[in-house]
Amino acid sequence: MEPVLWLLFSAGGVVSALFLPVLVFLFALAVPLGWIEEPGRDRLLGLLGHPLTALVLLGICVLSLLHWAQRFRYTLFDGLRLKAHERPINVGVYALALLGSAAAAVVLWQAVAARSG
Amino acid sequence: MSEPAQQTQRPYRPEISRLWWLRRRSYVFFVLRELSSIFVAWSVVFLLLLVRALAQGEAQFRAFLDWAAGPWVVALDVLTLAFLVLHAVTWFNLTPAATVVKLRGRRVPPRAIAGGAYAAWVAVTALVVVLVVTR
Repeated sequence: MEPVLWLLFSAGGVVSALFLPVLVFLFALAVPLGWIEEPGRDRLLGLLGHPLTALVLLGICVLSLLHWAQRFRYTLFDGLRLKAHERPINVGVYALALLGSAAAAVVLWQAVAARSG
Repeated sequence: MSEPAQQTQRPYRPEISRLWWLRRRSYVFFVLRELSSIFVAWSVVFLLLLVRALAQGEAQFRAFLDWAAGPWVVALDVLTLAFLVLHAVTWFNLTPAATVVKLRGRRVPPRAIAGGAYAAWVAVTALVVVLVVTR
């Protein structure tokens, strides 16, 4: 199990490093603060609700969350020296990552449905 | 030499403070890099809130943009972007150490691998900007 988790951690590390800075810059700063001409709901939904985009976004979300889970539990083990509580921490972070992945699937599916409906 | 067994067998446990990483700059940097994962997770949450608002309707989308333009959310997202860049740079700099690529029996130099990673970053960034900004 552990090698698989490290593999997913690495995949999530690559994907989050490639995609998240530009996505956060555009959607968390440039669009809300009006640095760029706001694309409008129809255009954004057309883009993000496209099945292909939604699938790519789902991959980015799931892998990034698994990256977070692996790195954050080691932050707790090493940074805060909580190795003694390994089991509840493992269960907690991976339960959160799976819950987040399920939420991502639901939300992206709603966007695909809203776009076509 | 007759020590009581209890004393000699007690395991050595050095006392390490929970704030051990504040003692040196390189330790602080290591912990900052590790903390970037929290901001990776927050980015995912933020993007999903955006997609949900988009799916719900025009009014919800407007409300989301107003919320995202508030001072606290903007401050958090500026911090988030800084940690994401820290994550990306440290990740791409470590890529050559983690990947050994051989071409025709020769090892591809580490600098070329790091260069490839940065080139991929630029390409992905440009692609996303073009998709979102151009109409």
